[in-house]
Amino acid sequence: MNIDSIQNGIVIDHIAVGRGKSLYDLLKLDELDCSVALLRNVVSSKYGRKDIIKIDRELDVNLDAIGFISPEATIVIIKDGEVVEKKKLELPAELVDIIRCHNPRCISQTEQEIPQIFRLTNPNKREYRCLYCEVKAKI
Amino acid sequence: MRSIIDVLDLSAEELDELIATAQDIIANPSRYAEVCHGLKLATLFFEPSTRTRLSFEAAMYELGGNVLGFSEANSSSAAKGESVADTAKTVSCYADIIAMRHPKEGAAYIASRAASVPVINAGDGGHCHPTQTLADLLTIYREKGTFENLTIGLCGDLKFGRTVHSLINAMSRYAGLKLVLISPEELKVPSYVKQKLKDEKIPYEQTTDLIKVMPKLDILYMTRVQRERFFNEEDYLRLKDSYILTLDKLANAKEDLVIMHPLPRVNEISVAVDDDPRACYFKQVLNGKYMRMALILKLLKEAGKINEY
Repeated sequence: MNIDSIQNGIVIDHIAVGRGKSLYDLLKLDELDCSVALLRNVVSSKYGRKDIIKIDRELDVNLDAIGFISPEATIVIIKDGEVVEKKKLELPAELVDIIRCHNPRCISQTEQEIPQIFRLTNPNKREYRCLYCEVKAKI
Repeated sequence: MRSIIDVLDLSAEELDELIATAQDIIANPSRYAEVCHGLKLATLFFEPSTRTRLSFEAAMYELGGNVLGFSEANSSSAAKGESVADTAKTVSCYADIIAMRHPKEGAAYIASRAASVPVINAGDGGHCHPTQTLADLLTIYREKGTFENLTIGLCGDLKFGRTVHSLINAMSRYAGLKLVLISPEELKVPSYVKQKLKDEKIPYEQTTDLIKVMPKLDILYMTRVQRERFFNEEDYLRLKDSYILTLDKLANAKEDLVIMHPLPRVNEISVAVDDDPRACYFKQVLNGKYMRMALILKLLKEAGKINEY
């Protein structure tokens, strides 16, 4: 399967297989007016299978959101058809306004204009907890 | 500005310091009778809690201070839709320290970020209730003389019971702790609490049989199966009578067992147990007031409102 190469834009490579769609939704890529390709289940020499997202536009993507969904992902910045930068990600220590607390008893459900903040409490289990009520995030 | 949201906001040294202050207050109440003269405690209770609110108010009055506040959300501007942060900012203009009870988890933290005076969490939903834990700790210390090498049985609602989780957190700092977790299957401690016990290598056993484990306990901490923690009334009614402590069940208990309960009791401890010298739950109430006095003093001193005491 061929997807046109990008002149100026971003490739999010090595996304854990199956998480590309979640990342696509979280980054609201459907709202962009440029070409966006979501490739699922691509053969990878490194991981066996992977997902890839290609965005045909220069864009400030939320690295915390990507690190949260798939910390093994690589961000590749492309300018004039050339790779100019590769960024490796890691689990972010804090998530701000990326996910919402699902606890109906949490103050963040009712308090006016407070950010949804989660802190990484167990990196080995990729466990995040709400800053306010400390309930574990549903991922 | 220092606030206390969780009992873990206090170091082990600070807990020792609070216990020492509380014991000095007990021994020399007149020395503390005017320490907070001219200062005001605001008790912001967005849900009813007679015991905790009166304890805070009694604590402030016995320190020579004054109290203002409200005892339910309907009588506050929250009924008009005011945010917790705005309430905290407003009350900071009137009071020197705030004690806040709110049904939403994390509300006290929000208040502490907005307030310009210290905030004490007097209970935020099922999350934290640090001054209850302070009451528990002083009771254990006064009854046992130590925090070390104790076997503590926690009985009842171990899933939603915040006092239990908080007490486990506080006691896990002391050597030789053993926990016996006694609950129906539906109300077992959450997995993250068990994980913490495993991580910290604190020995524990889980059981549904209170009588069987009774002989090994140094402390029996009973809890109420709380109606307000259930979404489903049927579940509440089915489980509320699961564990009721009676004199019969105490037949094999140690003579120096300490029976505790955060109160209010519904029916989980028979009234007949009240006269048993091992029943310490009303002492716990009194100890709560002393620890709240000690905490108010500590926070007001750190805020520069009072000098040495």
